[in-house]
Amino acid sequence: MDVAKYISSGVLELYVAGALTAEENLEVQEYAKKYPEIRQEIAEIELAILKVTEAASPGLHKNSFQFLYKRLGFTAPLPSNTKKIWATYLGWAASIVFAVGMLWMFLQNQKLKTAIEVTQQKRQTLEEQLYKAEQIITDNAAKETLFNQLRNKDVNVIALGGQKVAPASYAKAYWNKTQAKVFIDAKGLPEPPAGFTYQVWSLQLDPLVPTSIGLLKDFKNNGTAVFELDNPNESQAFGITLEPEGGSEAPNLEQLYTLGAVGP
Amino acid sequence: MNLEQLIEKFQQKDSQAFKELYDMYANNICGVIYVIIKDKERSQELCQDVFMKVWDKSSSYNTSKGRFFTWLLNIARNTAIDELRSKSHKNHKKNQPLDSFVGKLEQDNGLENQVNTIGLQSMLKGLKEKCVLLIDLLYFKGYTQKEAAEELQTPIGTIKTRIRTCMTQIRQNSKL
Repeated sequence: MDVAKYISSGVLELYVAGALTAEENLEVQEYAKKYPEIRQEIAEIELAILKVTEAASPGLHKNSFQFLYKRLGFTAPLPSNTKKIWATYLGWAASIVFAVGMLWMFLQNQKLKTAIEVTQQKRQTLEEQLYKAEQIITDNAAKETLFNQLRNKDVNVIALGGQKVAPASYAKAYWNKTQAKVFIDAKGLPEPPAGFTYQVWSLQLDPLVPTSIGLLKDFKNNGTAVFELDNPNESQAFGITLEPEGGSEAPNLEQLYTLGAVGP
Repeated sequence: MNLEQLIEKFQQKDSQAFKELYDMYANNICGVIYVIIKDKERSQELCQDVFMKVWDKSSSYNTSKGRFFTWLLNIARNTAIDELRSKSHKNHKKNQPLDSFVGKLEQDNGLENQVNTIGLQSMLKGLKEKCVLLIDLLYFKGYTQKEAAEELQTPIGTIKTRIRTCMTQIRQNSKL
């Protein structure tokens, strides 16, 4: 059969109009079953006539179906757009769930951020504590070493007494001759005035020959007030004078703070 | 759910399916009735009557009778034609001549804004008068091919080819 020819004959337009005889109707239906093009054509003709008839409508009352529903004797609630309403509710519900979800996530996120901040703060505190502890350990170790050095059997302890300028001041020299080192404990010296520094001298007596063995540098910040200096000299006494910053070539004996002779 | 399933449910007296079919076709049915009886309020009432009948006679439809819409169209036309023949209508509309739907709509243009005359006119644009007449007879008045041929005094074969031409034009217009 020539489908295109059949379609263009106009029989399908008559079919949609219901203008065919019962026999012709059946024939169209047989062909429609066989040929999808014919089914498609029928649908398109129907769509066109639906548009024409709809355009001719004077409109329906808003609740026209409700009237009809009542007239048909239904008492049950109108089925209405349950589907649509359900879908609408579902849509709203979904968006509410989504919004709540977002809010929840936001709050969770805030909580986490706060938790992270707290953790970071804790970490910082712990790090500080750790640092302090390490410092203490280091300090203790340093003190330990210092003690051991001072207790060394080779160390000769020389007490340096206060002189005219500062009768109340005192110091001690721990001299390890074998190691050629001297530790000055300057706890009993007053803090030097700005622009001045203590200078330690090794003295040979008779005739008096002073040899500088170093400065008590950074006096203020030395927690133990024990200064380690090299002393390769055959010292007979130790003296500490106040000198201008940087030290002097020869001691200013007028500013001699402490002095002590090495014992026999 | 496709149309066939919907119709099947409706025939099982599923009121939800009935509502869906009503929403799909009520305006078309109302339009057909309005074109025939030319009374807005009465056509809205009759439209309801048609769907009452559709519900009551649901079991009488089967696919061998043709398209579901064609079946609805037939009930609507019969209802409208019965109305035309009724005494009350004759008294009410004594002086109104029976003309084609376009004539009526042209008169109404600008007065009955519920009628989508602009839409209808754009769809009928460029259509020859004999096309409008033929569409009126076949789709709105329910004439058979034979009856239309007699009415228009043309060979029966011409009706077929002409309605094809006319509907092709309408389909083109409706796509614009």
